[in-house]
Amino acid sequence: MRLSLLLPVFLAGALVVNGFALAADEAPTVLTIRDSKFEPNQLTLPSGVKLKLVIRNLDVIPAEFESYDLSREVIVPGHGETTIYIGPMDPGSYQFFNDFNHEMQGSIAAKPGVKKEN
Amino acid sequence: MLATAIIMFREVLEAALIIAIVLGASRGIAGRGRWIAGGIALGLIGASVVAILANVASSEFSGNGQAILNAVILLSAVAMLTWHNVWMSSNARQFSTDVKEIGSAVQSGQRPLAALMVITLVAVMREGSEAVLFLWAIATSGEQSLNMVLGGFGGLVAGIIAGLLLYLGLLRIPVRHFFSVTSWLILLLAAGLAAQAAAFLNQVGVLPALGNGLWNTSNILSQSSLLGQMLHILVGYIARPSGIEVVFYVGTFLTILTLMRISGKKRSEQVKAAENPG
Repeated sequence: MRLSLLLPVFLAGALVVNGFALAADEAPTVLTIRDSKFEPNQLTLPSGVKLKLVIRNLDVIPAEFESYDLSREVIVPGHGETTIYIGPMDPGSYQFFNDFNHEMQGSIAAKPGVKKEN
Repeated sequence: MLATAIIMFREVLEAALIIAIVLGASRGIAGRGRWIAGGIALGLIGASVVAILANVASSEFSGNGQAILNAVILLSAVAMLTWHNVWMSSNARQFSTDVKEIGSAVQSGQRPLAALMVITLVAVMREGSEAVLFLWAIATSGEQSLNMVLGGFGGLVAGIIAGLLLYLGLLRIPVRHFFSVTSWLILLLAAGLAAQAAAFLNQVGVLPALGNGLWNTSNILSQSSLLGQMLHILVGYIARPSGIEVVFYVGTFLTILTLMRISGKKRSEQVKAAENPG
């Protein structure tokens, strides 16, 4: 069971590294789920910074926000919200979808120096 | 109905494939069936609890708690898979010419049976909670819900069949290669789960990303394709990985491999010493 000793060390090391990482922009970007749609379903966000993303579900049905491009996966309860961090992203396009309803899709365009929309 | 079946199939697939590998890797160990069945049962209870917690809007659990729980259960699975592999490399090597002997030879000592249970529990709990929520969501969505629930169960059955096929496939591997194949499978599985845990910890801001998208092979093999998803589950394929995922993957892979080599070496020295006393 030597691994159980190694893992905390591993985590602690990574936490120290995190201290030097870019501080997240604290004003969150809000992504809303309403009538089985993402609003907006196209977001333009700055690249190169860590961002806080609030996913707010106005529907009754729970959703699972998922993105292979961003390695993100989180359940958003019905009439609830969930906060996650994304980035720092390289400039480019990142797809996301609702794993409980694959017709619900959207994408993030990451560009240097853009101001956030909301 | 088909869309529902596909989503459900994907939720069940991960747990089914992991259980198939664990069943294969523990072949010949007495009592494994009971422990694995116990793991599945506890996993289903855990999945329901997680599903309920995750759907309580005001709960602390939504967001950070969810991701941290996921990371913790993934890392505990990694630790258990490590234990299993290290144990197998120190105990099973000398029996690997005859699978049946392992069962009787390892009656005593610390067998990794608890590890088998925890791995199964974790696999079922993690994907099961999503499956439960999803089924609940479609069941309450009103029209056509019966059709969709039927689709959901179709997907569940298909997922279990996929796991069964993998297990039967594993059993066809010649006995002398069997344990080296299953320990490689476990090693890659553990590394992939560790990378997933890293992504969850990064998602809540606990770990840095260390670069977003070290490479992007989505065009060659998309992670949303069935093959991409199978490889994601089995060997941890990520089409567009962040640095931290790669660090965890490689770190876990090398750690387990080193531990296996060390314990395997110790074992063969003991065997040698026993064969040539003095």
